[in-house]
Amino acid sequence: MSTPLITPDLVAVDLVATDRDDATRQLIDLLAAAGRVTDADGFHADVRAREAQMATGMPGGIGLPHARSSHVTVPSLAVGKVAAGVDFGAPDGPATLVFLIAAPDAGDGDHLKILAALARRLVHESFRTSLKEAGDAETVAEIVTREVVPS
Amino acid sequence: MKLVAVSSCPTGIAHTYMAAEALEQAGKAAGHEVHVETQGAAGSTPLDPAIIAAADGVIYAADLEVKDKDRFAGKPFVDVGVKKAVHDAPGVIAAAVAAVEAGVPAGGPAAPSAVPVTKVDRNAGAGTRIRQWLMTGVSYMIPFVAAGGILIALGFMVAQFAGGSDGVIEVTDIPVSHLLNDFNATNGMDWAALLFQTGAVAFGFLVPVLSGFIAYAIADRPGLVPGFVGGAISVAVGAGFLGGLVTGFMAGFLALWISRWKVPKGVRGVMPVVVIPLLSTFVVGLVMFLIIGQPIASLMTGLSDWLNGLSGANLLLLGALLGAMMGFDLGGPINKVAYTFAVTGLATEGLATDAVQYQIMAAVMAAGMVAPLAMALATTVRKKLFTHAEQENGKAAWLLGLSFISEGAIPFAAADPWRVIVSSLVGSSVTGAIVMAAGSGVRAPHGGIWVLPLISNPLGFVMAVAIGVVVTTGLVVVLKSAKPNEIVQAEQAADAEALVAA
Repeated sequence: MSTPLITPDLVAVDLVATDRDDATRQLIDLLAAAGRVTDADGFHADVRAREAQMATGMPGGIGLPHARSSHVTVPSLAVGKVAAGVDFGAPDGPATLVFLIAAPDAGDGDHLKILAALARRLVHESFRTSLKEAGDAETVAEIVTREVVPS
Repeated sequence: MKLVAVSSCPTGIAHTYMAAEALEQAGKAAGHEVHVETQGAAGSTPLDPAIIAAADGVIYAADLEVKDKDRFAGKPFVDVGVKKAVHDAPGVIAAAVAAVEAGVPAGGPAAPSAVPVTKVDRNAGAGTRIRQWLMTGVSYMIPFVAAGGILIALGFMVAQFAGGSDGVIEVTDIPVSHLLNDFNATNGMDWAALLFQTGAVAFGFLVPVLSGFIAYAIADRPGLVPGFVGGAISVAVGAGFLGGLVTGFMAGFLALWISRWKVPKGVRGVMPVVVIPLLSTFVVGLVMFLIIGQPIASLMTGLSDWLNGLSGANLLLLGALLGAMMGFDLGGPINKVAYTFAVTGLATEGLATDAVQYQIMAAVMAAGMVAPLAMALATTVRKKLFTHAEQENGKAAWLLGLSFISEGAIPFAAADPWRVIVSSLVGSSVTGAIVMAAGSGVRAPHGGIWVLPLISNPLGFVMAVAIGVVVTTGLVVVLKSAKPNEIVQAEQAADAEALVAA
């Protein structure tokens, strides 16, 4: 893998957001600042469209906004920890951990395997707990890079 | 308990895989074996048919249409959507187990049916997929060409034996009613007519099968009916294999499009059995009969006239070109284009016994034999130019070449593309041109030396192959001698040391 899925500058450890759209936007801005998203507004519209189809909140305080978009250059993950919680439509309450997954539209299968591996890890309680307990951006990025290995 | 599942979601990057992992983990926790096929953006690896066969039940955790759902027909299932599988996988597993214990769903088909394979990789680019659709059609057509072509050729051989020089013409005039009412087991001409008529019927399937399986590759089962019918119409209006190619693609995309219509749940059940075949077949018929059938038929006639009008130098040129294409990528796309051109030519209606189409087939077959045979010969006469592995491959290449399997030369071309391909290109085109000059023709689409008895002017055919092989062998030996291969030298040095040490 030439470009890692995540780097510390894509992690916001104390995100304050009014709603899920705001939380998503702040994470998109991180991706845009890192040059992984070429058009923040365009990508935001793609994520909104996906979110409108089916809320991405998961049990256990997880929000998972994501989209495949032509505005994405490389498969990327941005993570936001929202202490106050932000509603992502999960049945059991607001999300405190928000994962924004950005996938390039034109990506071939191999390119996207890393995201498939990420999605599989997300299901594991231990993975989510370790991320919730991680204190700083470096630790979050390190845990993801270590745990998410394409099969 | 053994369960299989299919997961998919609108984006194909997150929930598809989360559902798969959640189901596998929940299954493991509850002591069940769960295999999940993720139909997501990172490509979909179909479940092993053996695993499906062994499964007790099926879980559909899919928000998109499940691809190739027929594979799971007849098994108890639960259909829960992807979100429920992510949020409550243990609950879904429990529901699936309950469904299995409740037994096979009433009204379901009894057993999963074997599904014909296609050569289509769903993740490939547009150009590759068009070629794969086409090759799926061609690959199902070839056995019909082989069976029909060889039966017809055998019929002619027997006719010549039993009826003398005019037997070949007489055999085509013996009516089917004669076979039904007055078949005489001691009459050679009757046997010849039997072979000929059976082969002719098999040939009648060529265009429908080509068209039907192109459509099948594009649209799965819904494409079969409009594809086959379109192909048959193409034959009826005289549009031949060109028309069949058109109807195959048209039927495939029509069926695919209709099968993606959003319809009320009540109608969905009758879509694949009634609505899709009915609508798509009608549209294909309408378009073929009223709009494009005639123009394509004229085009076909033009193509046939042009081929049969070719003579002398032009014919040699065509043979050389097809030969070069056969020798260029040895089983790759260009080789397949030349081969497909030849095989579909065999499917032309009402060819004379010495039609150019048969010569083209012979030229293509002969040219396709050259590269592997030349490699085999080169490894035999100049061992020192080849690695040990190549020398081994050379032995196998004899048989592959004689059987018209161009791929036998691929190991050589892969190791040293420039020299091998140039040599093969030249030798194969020489062979193609000589076959045209010799006027050899063959009705069988495959078989190499083993269909030699069916080839007209067999001596010319063999000479053409032999000359091409010698040319290619000579070239490859010269080119390889000019610049010795490092691996070969290293191997020989090692051999020499081993010899000294011993």
